[in-house]
Amino acid sequence: MSTLTPVRPDADVAAAGKPRRRPWTMSKTAVNGALVLATLYTLLPLGWLLTASAKNTADLIGGRSLGAGNFHLGQNLHDLATTGDGIYFRWYLNSLLYAGIGALLCALICVCAGYAFHVYGFPGKEKLFGVVLLGVLVPTTALALPMYLLASQLHIVNTYWAVLLPSLVNPFGVYLARVFCAGYVPGETLEAARMDGAGELRTFWSIGLKMVMPGFVTIFLFQFTAIWNNFFLPLVMLSDNRLFPVSLGLYSWNAQTHAFPEYYPLVVTGSLLAILPLVIAFVLLQRHWKAGLTAGSVK
Amino acid sequence: MTGSTTVPGGGTPAARGTRKRRGPLGAPAVLLAPFLVLFTACTLIPIGYAVYLSLFSERRSGLGFGGTTTQVFTGLGNYTRALGDAAFRDGFWNTAQYCLLYIPLMLGLSLAVALLLDSALARAKRFFQLALFLPHAVPGIIAALVWTYLYTPGISPVIDALNSAGTQVDVLGHPLPAIVNIAVWEWTGYNMVIFYAALQAIPREVLEAAVVDGAGPLRTAFGVKIPLIRASVVMVGLFTVIGSLQLFTEPVILHDVAPGVVSTWTPNMYAYSAAFERNDYGLAAASSVLLALVAAALSFVVTRFTRDRDEKRTQKRTETAR
Repeated sequence: MSTLTPVRPDADVAAAGKPRRRPWTMSKTAVNGALVLATLYTLLPLGWLLTASAKNTADLIGGRSLGAGNFHLGQNLHDLATTGDGIYFRWYLNSLLYAGIGALLCALICVCAGYAFHVYGFPGKEKLFGVVLLGVLVPTTALALPMYLLASQLHIVNTYWAVLLPSLVNPFGVYLARVFCAGYVPGETLEAARMDGAGELRTFWSIGLKMVMPGFVTIFLFQFTAIWNNFFLPLVMLSDNRLFPVSLGLYSWNAQTHAFPEYYPLVVTGSLLAILPLVIAFVLLQRHWKAGLTAGSVK
Repeated sequence: MTGSTTVPGGGTPAARGTRKRRGPLGAPAVLLAPFLVLFTACTLIPIGYAVYLSLFSERRSGLGFGGTTTQVFTGLGNYTRALGDAAFRDGFWNTAQYCLLYIPLMLGLSLAVALLLDSALARAKRFFQLALFLPHAVPGIIAALVWTYLYTPGISPVIDALNSAGTQVDVLGHPLPAIVNIAVWEWTGYNMVIFYAALQAIPREVLEAAVVDGAGPLRTAFGVKIPLIRASVVMVGLFTVIGSLQLFTEPVILHDVAPGVVSTWTPNMYAYSAAFERNDYGLAAASSVLLALVAAALSFVVTRFTRDRDEKRTQKRTETAR
């Protein structure tokens, strides 16, 4: 086991920080070397996924390394598109639907609430905000089972709604939205809008929302990730595999690999495709996820 | 229930300097309503319903087939049943061991990497930040699948290389470190970015003062930087504890291949199997409520403990200032 975890970089910190002066370049090498080690740890499993997705069943299970002669990515993609009448891409569309619509609405709901908490004063405001913050601490998986039973009484178990509706709630998003509003929405601008006779909701919609847009994108990004990666909720709520998101679909395929090893390349290639949208989003939107984590860190 | 959600803004729309008011409820109520309705429906009501369910159990009446099931009030019966079940207690024991191994390792590692990245010596900071953060873009289920393959002899190049080098490693025989490693991989970079952001927010004068006082990089890191980002460390610690208690995905994936991971390996898996394999909703609800209670208690301990220490700290500081 210990062989799989990287060397903890502490040793290198110690080496770099010895009071007696070591040559400048030495400690620079140590610091960056430790960072490279940590990066290898995070990237190598993804690198394996990349090469493994080009292997066929025999090469994958046999552990043969990838060469020009046995490059089967095209074949794997073809199998992925045809197995079970192309169910994989249906899952993919479902995931896009759950995560796209869910995150969009959730971000809007969070920004509305965060804006209200920032701009207005009303009795019991901080108490209410405290309740919202407590909601952050509730283990979501402990809610999934009672939610399933409630949903079954409302006859929405095994429908899109069962996964979509709970995904719209994110108390931490409200907290983030309030922090962002405090940073992006100056009171004077709102006063000016009111002077011009704009109604409260109009002021929010045409001015407040625009100003807090970077925060909106941040909340959208994190909620999109959370819904895309969610496994427990769809597992509890859905039994019809045509409604599955990618995560649950891959899980159901993986359960078959024991009996049918030909599912291995499907799971591997499917996993690679499933992480692509998020990897691309995180590479393109670096400013936004960093802003989100910064706002979360300075409480 | 919906009545209570409109209360906060309902009575007095006390918007400062409002000229136009939108109906008797006011703008804040309109803006807060969607969140509060959904929060009530998807958080508050399920909590209440779980507590309610946990007090009942289903009894079959009649003989065998065709008998109707009736709900019987059992008080704390489901709770004593859960707590009396060795499998449930084992789940908590596994989670406790997991927390003891995972939390210090992950926090230490992410702090160490953040400090390294914050040092003047680090190069390519943007690249390192992105590369270390990327595992967060990988769904937990896929992270668990990839690592499970990397643990499996025959598929994993790592295990095969080690085996051919003469070292026999049996990762799947040791589920605890195997799961801890997956979690460390998933969360170290994410929390590192939080710590790094906090470190970057430290005023540069403070650090210069430390250097002028003759503090080396290590002294600065442990004596100045880490104390200054304590709030972030506590917050990450809190979320990590709550997340760890909900452990589910990774052990579920390993359950298929590692004989040591039984289907009730964590309290969450216990609740799931009680609900969906045994259809014992009362027991499942009781174990969910117990899990939430433990989470609440631990959050309370973490925040209270650190707040006391903060108060002592500021007291000391004001005393020395005098």
